[in-house]
Amino acid sequence: MSGSLDSYLILSGILFAIGAFGFLARRNAISMLMSIELMLNAVNLTIVAFGAFVEPLSGHASVIALLVVAVAAAEATVGLAIVLAIYRNRRTPLVDEYHEMQQ
Amino acid sequence: MTSLLPLILILPLAGFALTGLLGRRFPHSAHNIALWAVAASWAVASVVAAAILSGAEPFGEHGAGITLWTWIPAAGFNAEMALYADSLTACLLIVVTSIGLLVHIYSVGYMAHDPGRWRFFSYLNLFMFSMLLLVLADNFLLLFAGWELVGLCSYLLIGFWYPRRSAAEAAKKAFLVNRVGDMGFALGIMAIWFQLGTSSMRDAFARFDQVPHEWQIAIALLLFCGAVGKSAQFPLHVWLPDAMEGPTPVSALIHAATMVNAGVYLVARCSPIFGAASEVMVVVAAIGIFTAILAASIAFTQNDIKRVLAYSTVSQLGYMFAALGVGAWTAAIFHLMSHGFFKGLLFLCSGSVIHACGDEQDMRHMGGLWRRIPATYLTMLVGAIAIAGVPPLAGFFSKDEILSGAYKNGFYWVWGIGFVVAGMTAFYMFRLMGLTFWGRSRLDPEKDRHVHESPLSMTGPLILLAIPAALLGLGIGWPPESGWVHQWLAPVFEPTLAAAGQHEAAYELFGLDGALALVTTSLVAVAILVAWRLFGVDIPVLGLRAEGRPERVRSISAAPIMRSLYRGSAAKWWFDDINDFLFVRLGGRLAAGVFWFDRVVIDGAVNGIGTATAAAGLRLRRVQTGRVQNYALGIALGLLAMMAGYLLIAVVR
Repeated sequence: MSGSLDSYLILSGILFAIGAFGFLARRNAISMLMSIELMLNAVNLTIVAFGAFVEPLSGHASVIALLVVAVAAAEATVGLAIVLAIYRNRRTPLVDEYHEMQQ
Repeated sequence: MTSLLPLILILPLAGFALTGLLGRRFPHSAHNIALWAVAASWAVASVVAAAILSGAEPFGEHGAGITLWTWIPAAGFNAEMALYADSLTACLLIVVTSIGLLVHIYSVGYMAHDPGRWRFFSYLNLFMFSMLLLVLADNFLLLFAGWELVGLCSYLLIGFWYPRRSAAEAAKKAFLVNRVGDMGFALGIMAIWFQLGTSSMRDAFARFDQVPHEWQIAIALLLFCGAVGKSAQFPLHVWLPDAMEGPTPVSALIHAATMVNAGVYLVARCSPIFGAASEVMVVVAAIGIFTAILAASIAFTQNDIKRVLAYSTVSQLGYMFAALGVGAWTAAIFHLMSHGFFKGLLFLCSGSVIHACGDEQDMRHMGGLWRRIPATYLTMLVGAIAIAGVPPLAGFFSKDEILSGAYKNGFYWVWGIGFVVAGMTAFYMFRLMGLTFWGRSRLDPEKDRHVHESPLSMTGPLILLAIPAALLGLGIGWPPESGWVHQWLAPVFEPTLAAAGQHEAAYELFGLDGALALVTTSLVAVAILVAWRLFGVDIPVLGLRAEGRPERVRSISAAPIMRSLYRGSAAKWWFDDINDFLFVRLGGRLAAGVFWFDRVVIDGAVNGIGTATAAAGLRLRRVQTGRVQNYALGIALGLLAMMAGYLLIAVVR
């Protein structure tokens, strides 16, 4: 089974599901950012897997994967900065206590 | 010469502006500007009228006008600011400016103690401007503007003592009733525009035969609606008697001598229109003569001195409309002029009486005043004889011409009713004289002590008005049917008479005309004698003395038929009650129903949409929790749903 495209896709599906679950279920903002990273990497894995197994995509896939890595890094930076700012203000990393912005 | 026409208008307008703006600062001399403005306007108008009536250039036979500027320049719709004066205008100019001037002089004395004098005089000046604009206008829209402005002034002056509830309500009534007629007038102007595409009066008259006959009838009827409202004809006559709540000079000027004549003027001015619609002429005659007898019958039993005169005015205006309707155009304008003078005189006299009696208006509480206010008594007697139609005073000539005109043009029913009305007029006028001046004083003893003749500023105008009231008929109406007034007005009405196929029959003093005049005059004489026998206590006539009044009046009014007639007349034939029932009660119900529909159905729908939106917002607000995971769950569920849909499509394929 290893060496086939399907196994990579299944792995990345599992990773994405774990990330999504983490994002929805965890209350800690840091954990949620980590979950987002997990989902992004799951997607990246898919892209790279397609690049390796589908001949016409081989050149493009690595470029897109690099782009996703760069975006993920930027997203993590900005996300962490926001979380830090809110943490200083609110003294808590738990997102369900941030709902004053509701109104 | 035509450049003097705008000057006639500008003077009172300037007087109005100055008095209105500065009057409050100089309450004691506020009347001066107004008085001199009107005097100057009178002088200019006299010059113009003399020029027109003598046929001087540029007026000639058919008058001349001046276009000041284009009032409403719109593509395909032009209204010129144009004035025009011919001999009909000149007759009105004489009446309006001379009575206006005398009323202004009289008001100086009459309103001497009123703190709102400046307001009064500025309104009077505005009225003079509006009335002169109405008379001089050469454009239906301009005429309508003047028409509405006199209505406004009438409203302002009836309600001059606005703290008094009855005055405020009378003003409102006059305004509202007039609106009914003005609606018709406005529609008439629109109909003329629709048919001929012009708002210029002379243009419309010249091309009026191009209009289809049904439209001719409609236009004439609509214009007549306006005249009915302004001149207080049945069924819109109810406002004029109530208008007597205003100060007496106002009653004399606006509600007797000038403004109420605007309807007569309108019909006379539009004689080409009415001449083309002969069916409407019959309506005019019928409404006129019916109003004449209706108002005269009400005047029999009124006890307020001004109300008697008010109903008398309505009745005489009815006469004028009857004259217009039977085609006796000149007679109508002749009666308008003579009536303007003697009715103005009568009103000013009644004002002097009221002034003398300390604001007492009820004739039952007067009596015996003739020795104590002789100047007022004598001038009022002249007025009463003039309106009663005793030769050779003014009323005789004009009334006789109306009656003989009706007879000769074949309207025997108009003649018959008019004949009766002539007798009724004489009777109620001498009832008024008897109750007011003759017999023993029934005045409140407190007021009785203060009875005094009015100052010269009031008696002066009375004497000046008594002269035309006595001599105007002889002056311009003699010889009958070919006097000055006929020569003046012949060019104005000639085309209409020619189109109708009528021509002025020769006057036969020892024929039909003499006989008609004799019959009418004898009826008038009998009526005066009866009134004297009933009400003229203590005044010897031909060596006879009438005995005590109450027993005789009582014995006559004891008959049941007389009593029911009396009650009807005293209740003004219940017109106010009918109007109250029809328009206030039933109309009020209808309005309440419409209001309910508006409130419940229309407002309900609008408010319902609002409430539903707000409620939906309140509910949907819950969705926005502010928790990022809830949103993320939504995104994830949406993603799943999209994925499921995609898979489903893929499987089905």
